[in-house]
Amino acid sequence: MLQPLAFYLFSLVTLLSATFVITAKNPVHSVLFLILAFFNAAGLFVLLGAEFVAMILVIVYVGAVAVLFLFVVMMLDTGFAELRKGALQYVPIGLVIGGVLLAELIFIYSAWEFAPSITNNIASPVTAESNTVSLGLLLYTDYVYAFQIAGLILLVAMIGAIVLTHRQRSGVRRQKIKEQNTRKRDDAMEVVKVTTGKGV
Amino acid sequence: MTDFSFALLSPLAPEIFLAVAGLFLLVVGVFRGDKDTSLVGWMTVLAFAITGYLLLNGSWEETTALNGMFIMDQFAGIVKLVILTGLIISVALGIDHIKQENTARFEYPILTLFAGLGMLLMVSANDLLSLYMGLELQSLALYVLASINRDNVKSSEAGLKYFVLGAISSGMLLFGASLVYGYTGSTNFATIGEALAQQGSMGAIIGLVFMLSGLAFKVSAVPFHMWTPDVYEGAPTSVTAFFAMVPKIAAIALLIRLLFEAFPSIAGQWTQIIWILSALSMAVGAFAALQQANIKRLLAYSSIGNMGFALVGLAAGSVEGIACVIVYMVIYMIMTAGTFGIVLSMRRNGHAVENISDLSGLSRNNPVMAYALAILMFSMSGIPPLAGFFGKFLVFKAAVGAGLYGLSVFGVLCSVVAAYYYIRIIKIMFFDEPVAKFDAGVPFARNLIVGLSVAFMLLFIFNPSPLLDISRDAVSVFFHNE
Repeated sequence: MLQPLAFYLFSLVTLLSATFVITAKNPVHSVLFLILAFFNAAGLFVLLGAEFVAMILVIVYVGAVAVLFLFVVMMLDTGFAELRKGALQYVPIGLVIGGVLLAELIFIYSAWEFAPSITNNIASPVTAESNTVSLGLLLYTDYVYAFQIAGLILLVAMIGAIVLTHRQRSGVRRQKIKEQNTRKRDDAMEVVKVTTGKGV
Repeated sequence: MTDFSFALLSPLAPEIFLAVAGLFLLVVGVFRGDKDTSLVGWMTVLAFAITGYLLLNGSWEETTALNGMFIMDQFAGIVKLVILTGLIISVALGIDHIKQENTARFEYPILTLFAGLGMLLMVSANDLLSLYMGLELQSLALYVLASINRDNVKSSEAGLKYFVLGAISSGMLLFGASLVYGYTGSTNFATIGEALAQQGSMGAIIGLVFMLSGLAFKVSAVPFHMWTPDVYEGAPTSVTAFFAMVPKIAAIALLIRLLFEAFPSIAGQWTQIIWILSALSMAVGAFAALQQANIKRLLAYSSIGNMGFALVGLAAGSVEGIACVIVYMVIYMIMTAGTFGIVLSMRRNGHAVENISDLSGLSRNNPVMAYALAILMFSMSGIPPLAGFFGKFLVFKAAVGAGLYGLSVFGVLCSVVAAYYYIRIIKIMFFDEPVAKFDAGVPFARNLIVGLSVAFMLLFIFNPSPLLDISRDAVSVFFHNE
């Protein structure tokens, strides 16, 4: 009883907030509705028993992507209302493209047929372990090669970002700890006997 | 896999060494700074050389490693050696150039190293996943290299354009890969091949078309060539030389392995696609280059055309055809190395000049350079007895052997049109009025590379059989049944 109720709740909120994403006047509200949609989609994944995907959805999409969107939207000072003007004229072509894609999906779905041998190829046996555990077991054994190369790709991305954006500025004052520590009292101050009435 | 031993990793020894060397050089670079770019550069060359040595000493028996994702065989061995040679040449050409251009940054050779690592992994890919990972490692490093001269508008534009279009092509490749996986149930090339041999399906063919589009972008075959002229023109010349020489060999090798390991049973479908890609590339390469004034743009169109010629061999689909693709790519790489060596030396008053008109009357100012470029241009246009002629001859011979008469005749005609712009450069150098001299002081490494390249073009005729035999041996791995 509880599960169907949760399903309908999550899907309803997902659909509603997805609609608000494209209808909201204020782009910041759009992004916030997007985050709400992500959370509810994560709930749907939990109902399906895919708790790992749900966590990743929250961490990656809410924690990183949507927050990045939010920053960009808040920093860009463009009139979004202006941009949206005249969007209605694209509705016919949008409907045509959407219709074509829908037709393609229907064709594919109706013609989908597995070759008899393919079921043998599918590699993932269903185990009793939670899917985070099984993913971990696979990722660091069978797929360790792809995992390591992914690490190298991220390294190259990091080098690239530094190469393209980091600039050495001249005249930046930095703290020089060695100089600070080796400084003696005599370098910095001078003791002067001041005679009365004469000044320094 | 429960028992692990390091012996299981032995087929990957060259790649592992290269990756570790890259990390080590990165640390060296960070501590020594940009002033020691040459040091990092020559150490990168050394790392490539050691990788080649490890490769030669390793076993070239057909072995797969790491859950079948990585394959080492004769074909991979040969192509990797060629790629490492190209990498050494391009880094050696690049070190002096970036110093002259005042854009010396130690990341330059390191990014080349990681791009090279990506290429080696591409050649050994035996799985859709490792294919994509290798390709991305290579592409990402190339995007950064294209825009490494970040204060130059054209270089930044080149990098951005390459990145955006490259991302789209990767997307298409992934989409295709997911369809192929969906219809065959596996990402392993051999398993895909078996599943398709039992029952072909429309979905897998659609997937193959998408994958071919993605890979055609990487080898800049028409109609996926739009980025090539702009990136070649905008990127620093040494990077352009690198782009023209090496990545395409890796992409072609990847294409060959994908088509012959995973999709041999639907060869009828993909040969048509290769046929069209090849014909269009040859035509665009020949006609679009006629109007170019910038030599880097001209060489970009020339490289599109040359990819077309190489794909003719692939369209033939026979042992002979694939072997000729390898021979063609090797000859083209060496030819391009020499040509770019000369283009890099086109400098006046400390600035690079890139127009074809800047070469006018070169035969009187600098006869050695003029004759070297003349030999390379004759070779590119396919005049016997130079090496470039043999590349084209062998490819067309294989195509005729496979019954592709139409494509062969069309290719020869395109090659005649292309000869016009190669020979026009020679005419400008020898018969036009001289303009100001180029700067003296060409680095030794560059002279050596140009000299070796010209010598190869001239002397190939005396002993062409070793290269041919090696290539034939290498591709025999794809034809187990014959």
